Formats: sequence, C-alpha cells, structure tokens
Amino acid sequence: MDIRTLLERLFPAGHSVAFEDTYFHGSGTCRGAAVAVLGTSEEVEIGVELALAMAHDVLDVIRTAPQRPILLLVATTGQRLSRRDEMLGINAYLAHLAKTIDLAKRMGHPVVSLVWSRAVSGGFLATGLLADLCFALPEAEIGVMNLPAMARITKIPLERLESLSATSPVFAPGVANYLRMGAVEELWEGDLEAHLDGALRLPSTRERRRVLGDSRGGRQLARSVAERVRSDARG
Amino acid sequence: MNHSYYEASARERMAALLDAGSFQEFLPPSDRVSSPHLKQLDQPGAFDDGILVGSGRLAGHAVLAAAQEGIFMGGAVGEVHGAKLVGLLERALVTRPEAVLLLLETGGVRLHEANAGLVAVSEVMHAVLAVRTAGIPVIVLDGGQFGCFGGMGIVAALCDAVVMSEEGRLGLSGPEVIEASRGVEEFDSRDRALVWRTVGGKHRYLLGEATRLVEDSLPAFREAALALLDTRPAFGLEALEAEHARLQGRLERFGDCRESIEIWTRLGIEDAQSLPLLETRAFLAQVGERRG
Repeated sequence: MDIRTLLERLFPAGHSVAFEDTYFHGSGTCRGAAVAVLGTSEEVEIGVELALAMAHDVLDVIRTAPQRPILLLVATTGQRLSRRDEMLGINAYLAHLAKTIDLAKRMGHPVVSLVWSRAVSGGFLATGLLADLCFALPEAEIGVMNLPAMARITKIPLERLESLSATSPVFAPGVANYLRMGAVEELWEGDLEAHLDGALRLPSTRERRRVLGDSRGGRQLARSVAERVRSDARG
Repeated sequence: MNHSYYEASARERMAALLDAGSFQEFLPPSDRVSSPHLKQLDQPGAFDDGILVGSGRLAGHAVLAAAQEGIFMGGAVGEVHGAKLVGLLERALVTRPEAVLLLLETGGVRLHEANAGLVAVSEVMHAVLAVRTAGIPVIVLDGGQFGCFGGMGIVAALCDAVVMSEEGRLGLSGPEVIEASRGVEEFDSRDRALVWRTVGGKHRYLLGEATRLVEDSLPAFREAALALLDTRPAFGLEALEAEHARLQGRLERFGDCRESIEIWTRLGIEDAQSLPLLETRAFLAQVGERRG
C-alpha cells in the first residue's frame, strides 16, 4: 500500500499531512478526534538529520497539542550506516528521538505505531518499538537481518537457519514472528480507522509485550527470567 | 595485580567496582539459566548467558549493577541476557537503590536470536527511561574490549551519565558492520587509529557524550561512578529542548567534517592531531572546557 492510500484509509475524514521529501508530518482526524502523525513515505535509513527532524516534531506536538495522540508511521531499513554519522554520535540522536517519544507518553499523549512497510533494527528501536503499542499491516516486513547475511556472519549453514525458522520465531525476519514475540500487538486489516480508534483506547503496561510473547509462545523465557531477577531473594 | 578495566572480565570488574564481598548475584551461574536458542543451533552457551546482575554497595551506597561479558559472544544481547537486564532495572523501581550501574560491553543484538534480542533491547530502553523517571540515576561504564554498540549504544545515550576510558568505544553500527555493508572506503575497521578517533572515549568526551573520561583502571572507574551517584540530569520538556538545540548545533557546526580531528580543531583545541597520543591526564588538561 502506498502512503497516500494508507493515510486516506486511516483518516477518511481528512488529514493535513505535509511531505518534505520522504519525511512527512501533520495531523489527521480519526472518529472526530485529532491525531498527530509522523513518518516516512518510503523505506529510508535513519540518519542524524531525520532523527532530529522527527524529534523536533514530537516536541512540537507536546508543546502545542497537549495529550493529542501520536501515530508513528516510520518505514525504515534501519539506521544509516556511515562513518560520518557514527562520528557525530548517531546513537545519541536516536536516543534523543527516543527520549522525546518517552516524554510524550509521560505527558499523557497516547503513542501508537503502525509498521506499514518495513521496520529494521536501530530505526525500529528508536521509533515504532517505543510506542505504547505497535501494530503492523499483514504485508509489512520486520526484522534485523536476512538469513543469507545471518548465515555468513554466524557461520551457520543457510539451510539450517531456513529449516529452523519454520518453527522458531526468534531470529528470522517476518511480521508473524514479531507478532509471536509480543512486539506487534495485532495486524490491521479492513477498516483501518476503526483499528486506530480502538488502539488509542487500549491500555498498555510495560510488561505487556512480554506477557503476549509468553502467551503466544514466541518468547518463553523473557517474562519469567525478568520476574525471577525482580524477586530474587538474594541481596 | 592487574588493574586494567579493559583486560578484566565482567566478574573481575564487578568485584573491583563494588565494596569487597558486597555483590549478591541474582540468577547466578549455579541456577543454570542459559539460552535455549543457542543450544538449538548447537552453539556453546553460558550459564549466565553473558551477563551478571545483582546488588551491592559502592562505598556503602546501595546499588544494583549489571556487567556484560564481552568474551562470551561479544556481549551480545539474547532473550535471557536481555531479560536479566530488564529484570534488574525493574527491580530498581521496587527496591529504590541509590543508583543502577551498567557495565556495558556489547556488539548489540545476538544474531542467533535476533528478534528476541531486538525486542529485549527495546524493553531495556523502556526500563531505563522508567528508572530515570523514578529519580534513580542509571550510570554506564564503557571501557571494555568490545566497546558498546548496536541498540545498547542507544541505551547508553539514554542514561544519566556515561564514564569512558580512552580505550572504550561507543556508537550504533560498529566499524566492522559499516565496512561489511558499505566497503572499506567508507570505514576501514582495521585502521585502529581511525576507529578510536571516530568512536573512542576521547572523541566521545570531546563531543560531550561521555560525561567523564578516566584512565584505564578499575579504581578510576569506581571513583568516577561514586562521584556520579548524585547525577540526575533533568529530562523534561525544557531539558529535551536544550538537548535538541545542542544536537542541532553539533550538526550545524560539525556536519560537514570528514574527520574527528577537524571537529576538535573547530572546538578551538590547538594541535588537535596530538590528542590521540596524550595520556588521559594530559589530554584532559589540554582540552579543558573546550567540549561540544
């Protein structure tokens, strides 16, 4: 789905989203309520400039529209791989973006993300995964690395990874795997405005993804290990 | 006795950092909680999954602390490893220690369990932010052989303070990752001097990303951590606006630089090319307040 179609389906009553190259921001009307939107119209690498532009607009929403919900529609192939961005401290720029999203949540803005195209690694960590709740379209792609590259680096035969990925959700890319991990709350099909409206009313807790990951059989240890460390009687 | 932080193991670092005998480990190796995913791929595991977490005292102050073991899979974060870190941070919300110390040494997400690792790093980010919101400082120590990269590089920049040695490295994509995907012309990961100029402790200190730069010794890291126990930089709207202006300013001032030495020169440091060769003390004296 292209971004303009997606925005029309999310906001049939209209939106005022402005595009600057591949980055866009603005707001839309969902069931009569204003929702701030920001994202990218194509799969992009997130470098220091884009991270800063997004952080700017999150801060702007906090300043000008108290408690307005925020929808993140970031399509990303990951962080920008460049020596210059590393030299400038790209980790700090992505952390800054993460802090602004966290501040929005602390100040009462519901924050929801929708992976509509692709989400990879660092770009996903500093955007979609920081939302209260993360959703995806069925055709979206989520992952860290494709299996051939993973086979090269881990020196594990590709055939082995491919056959294990049929049953294990923990390493292969795929939106279904992230659903099982509990990182993606649910897939959106059909009436997207209704999905968004429902998502903005759904409560979330810090533990929700672990609980979902456990109940969906994707992460069978994350929840119990964290709980054991929290309640360990030693110390 | 060897006092190098760089050469010490995670357990040696923890023992030297905290008051003698005060460290109490949660889920110690004797509990045998290791990664089921590595086993499934016939990879060797570790009974602590490459991280130790626990409580202890720093000059009498109650702290929680975690240390990643770089020797085991480069300190990479898997499901169990990440959950131990998340559990420790969330424990802080209940027991309210005076600080949480994170001795980070990691290449980022463990590829053998990449999805579980990525989600775990995300949960670490959420947990660090929650601990900071609760007013408990989270202090990062970074001086190990593998540096601090990947999503954990973002985590480090979310914390209240970062202590680095010259040997420490901090970034997002490691030099090897950039070289493998963009070519040796973009980043020659075997050019050690270039790597340290780009992501090393001195450069991070000059940019203002490392709060303190210390010499590579266990006592120096302990002393710096102790001095930072009262650090609680604000991170409300005003503070983030100030941070935004600082990062925007960095981009305007240094965005066209091709090399760190150009940045250091623009910071007003004379003879900037000599900085990599200076001992930590002489370096700090030459730099003074000229930081980004």
